[in-house]
Amino acid sequence: MTLRITVEFSGGAELLCRNVKKHSLTLPKKEETWLIRNLLKWLQENIIKERPELFIQGDTVRPGILVLINDADWELMGELDYEIQENDRVIFISTLHGG
Amino acid sequence: MPRKCGGCDKNAILKRPKTGDALCKECFFWAFEEEIHHTIESAKLFSPGETVAIGASGGKDSTVLAHTMKILNERHGYGLNLILLSVDEGITGYRDDSLETVKRNQQQYDLPLTIVSYEELYGWTMDAIVKQIGLKNNCTFCGVFRRQALDRGAMKLGANKIVTGHNADDIAETVIMNVLRGDIARLQRCTAITTGTEGYLPRCKPFKYTYEKEIVMYAYFKKLDYFSTECIYSPNAYRGFARAYIKDLEKIRPSSIIDIIHSGESLSVKKDVRMPTQTVCTRCNFISSNDVCKACVMLEGLNKGRPRLGIGKLHKERRKWEEELEEQSKILSNGDGTTPLCCGGGKCGADGGGECGTDEGGECGTDSGGCKN
Repeated sequence: MTLRITVEFSGGAELLCRNVKKHSLTLPKKEETWLIRNLLKWLQENIIKERPELFIQGDTVRPGILVLINDADWELMGELDYEIQENDRVIFISTLHGG
Repeated sequence: MPRKCGGCDKNAILKRPKTGDALCKECFFWAFEEEIHHTIESAKLFSPGETVAIGASGGKDSTVLAHTMKILNERHGYGLNLILLSVDEGITGYRDDSLETVKRNQQQYDLPLTIVSYEELYGWTMDAIVKQIGLKNNCTFCGVFRRQALDRGAMKLGANKIVTGHNADDIAETVIMNVLRGDIARLQRCTAITTGTEGYLPRCKPFKYTYEKEIVMYAYFKKLDYFSTECIYSPNAYRGFARAYIKDLEKIRPSSIIDIIHSGESLSVKKDVRMPTQTVCTRCNFISSNDVCKACVMLEGLNKGRPRLGIGKLHKERRKWEEELEEQSKILSNGDGTTPLCCGGGKCGADGGGECGTDEGGECGTDSGGCKN
């Protein structure tokens, strides 16, 4: 089964994917379940167009980028080990700019 | 599955970095606002009847600050007259867009807005300054000018105080930067919640203990309209490193940020460390730690085509300039009237200068308001 989800970038993170904020994605079929950990790698390979080091650090997001899963802080949802469900909405908000 | 809120039985939407508590949207809004109220109350930041200028850049911090100040002023009857004050540095493609955000905020929050510009105050836009000096020390100019511009704007409005959106992460960064630079004078004052009381307008930071994460989450859940583009002229590498370092620490132990601020607050400076004395600029009458303030020196440099006068060691650059003038007048008196006095473009061999931000630096964001990147 493929998995349809929405991913959004904001707070400046959209600059890393040609200024497109909202992406409706279909994740390819996979033996095991899709975890956020897998999604990050997939986004890095397929969606992030420039300076991936500003998005990923090691196997997680760069500190300073906030992640929300269905409008809840990913820190409450298991972070990298959260199992992605059909129609999930994942948001990345960069805080690494001035204000 | 999401955790339950610690304050009610709804689903939690956020884990608070300072306390580790999980809260739902409503409980988070309340805790966020009331903590800022507590900061304002315990530091006695305001008195009833005061006019308070909110330094508004259109970015996340100042947008959330304007929103929160408006709410708390009404909820707790502070009796403050709130005004939005913006500085137009004259950066095409950046500040012009962010000022549009501030103009929308003016409508949304129903607060009066005043904009002061570098061009009207100093006769120079940042675009023109960068054309003259390039991308190396431009943040030094911008930081020094912005600090004064906010003061001048606020005084023009008859404000008693200025509030800025500096948050806990910014202050922790500044503590680290001042430690690394050995800037004892700044290290001592950078954690103060109010600065500048002896000189001109007091400046307060109601977000001193507020984490950036919560400010961004608050803006997100409240759907506040803010501008989030990097300044096109800001390659401030030093602060960038401090920033990344703080964020890495926060990831490992979220209380690091508040702990660094606490360390900064608890430092005491030895009596025999010589501190700069505060005086008044002989040219523009603004507070200064030298006879002539940094902004006036920088302006002199710009207007005379020697922009490096304002950066690094003043005496070094001035001496070099005087030597050059002497050299040239010798040539002139020898009858070679074709040599111009100065190239006028600031390119006449001015490469010595030294690092920016050494003594009176005012490098971008130290506590100069606005840009922190």
